[in-house]
Amino acid sequence: MAQFALPKNSKITEGKTWPRPTSAKAEREYRIYRWNPDDGRNPRIDTYTVDTGDCGPMVLDGLIWIKNNIDATLTFRRSCREGVCGSCSMNIDGVNTLACTKAMSDIKGPIRIYPLPHMPVVKDLVPDLTNFYAQHASVEPWLQTVSPTPRKEWKQSHEDRQRLDGLYECILCACCSTACPSYWWNSDRFLGPAALLQARRWIVDSRDEATGERLDNLEDPFRLYRCHTIMNCTKACPKHLNPAKAIAEIKRALVERQV
Amino acid sequence: MNTPHHIRTPLAQVRGYGAAKSGTGDFWVQRVTAVASIPLTIAAVVIMIILLGRNQPAAAQILGSAPVAIIMLLFVATITIHMRVGMQVIIEDYVHDELARLALIIANNFFVVIVGLTAVYGLLKLSFGL
Repeated sequence: MAQFALPKNSKITEGKTWPRPTSAKAEREYRIYRWNPDDGRNPRIDTYTVDTGDCGPMVLDGLIWIKNNIDATLTFRRSCREGVCGSCSMNIDGVNTLACTKAMSDIKGPIRIYPLPHMPVVKDLVPDLTNFYAQHASVEPWLQTVSPTPRKEWKQSHEDRQRLDGLYECILCACCSTACPSYWWNSDRFLGPAALLQARRWIVDSRDEATGERLDNLEDPFRLYRCHTIMNCTKACPKHLNPAKAIAEIKRALVERQV
Repeated sequence: MNTPHHIRTPLAQVRGYGAAKSGTGDFWVQRVTAVASIPLTIAAVVIMIILLGRNQPAAAQILGSAPVAIIMLLFVATITIHMRVGMQVIIEDYVHDELARLALIIANNFFVVIVGLTAVYGLLKLSFGL
């Protein structure tokens, strides 16, 4: 059966409350999930107080401030700090989003941060995305053609290029897939919204000649049809894309080629 | 650390046996039966309200009229097919053990056929006045 309760060794306990910074003009409380694979202990919630006068306005700024000033062992991914790389995705205030584009001022009360839900945790806020990336690779997200390669570029009309808008912008942060209950229960077989959005991106590409094969590879009760249009993906997407619509369009294409 | 029993690349695990190349049929049937069941359910409820409080011969007479019998038969067929697909989706969502899933899907099919045929038998018996 799908597992609805956390296993015993994953139950979260109260952790350490770290000392408040001295001489802070403005403060913000962070409550952060901590788990270390090497100490054999259960996950715990550590409490930190961030001097918001000494760091930027985003949740990620606070995390970096904690790492620099309070606790260097706090582990999280980050890179571009401007919503382009997709590294700092995490569950903030109950919602999967990017720490770099989520403002502290948008959150009431303590800022509660957990890793992306229902994924194996590597350490603290770092989830293991191996399966997620393999699912992306499995949709073969590159141009596939049979026609001889033209001497210059593969041509595409302005209108056809516009059909890729809302699909190509995905940064693979995994906020959508890890917000999806169908993905929680069946991530071993359901490809999840992120991979399916990319599948749609190549199905809709006018230059691609493998559309039928792409649909063949998706037509499966688990790979595609575990999606029940719950729409958590669309709600979660920090880039304001619509994976639920992309998946619905794949289903429609599959019906169209039969009916 | 335990020695893994199987070493496969993540991509090999995701690709698995490949796509089943099915599922669209069930998806389409679920939608069609959902649409069909809107007018049919309303009609069936109206018929059942009309039948309320009547004795067996009176009920048999109403159900014996061809339009009423056909509406009720279509209602039973649509609802049971929709029920079969819907329950199968729930089983596939939540039951991960291969054997249990297979057994439940078989049981679901048996259940739907029994319920459907029983209802159809009852309706035919009444409408033909046997």
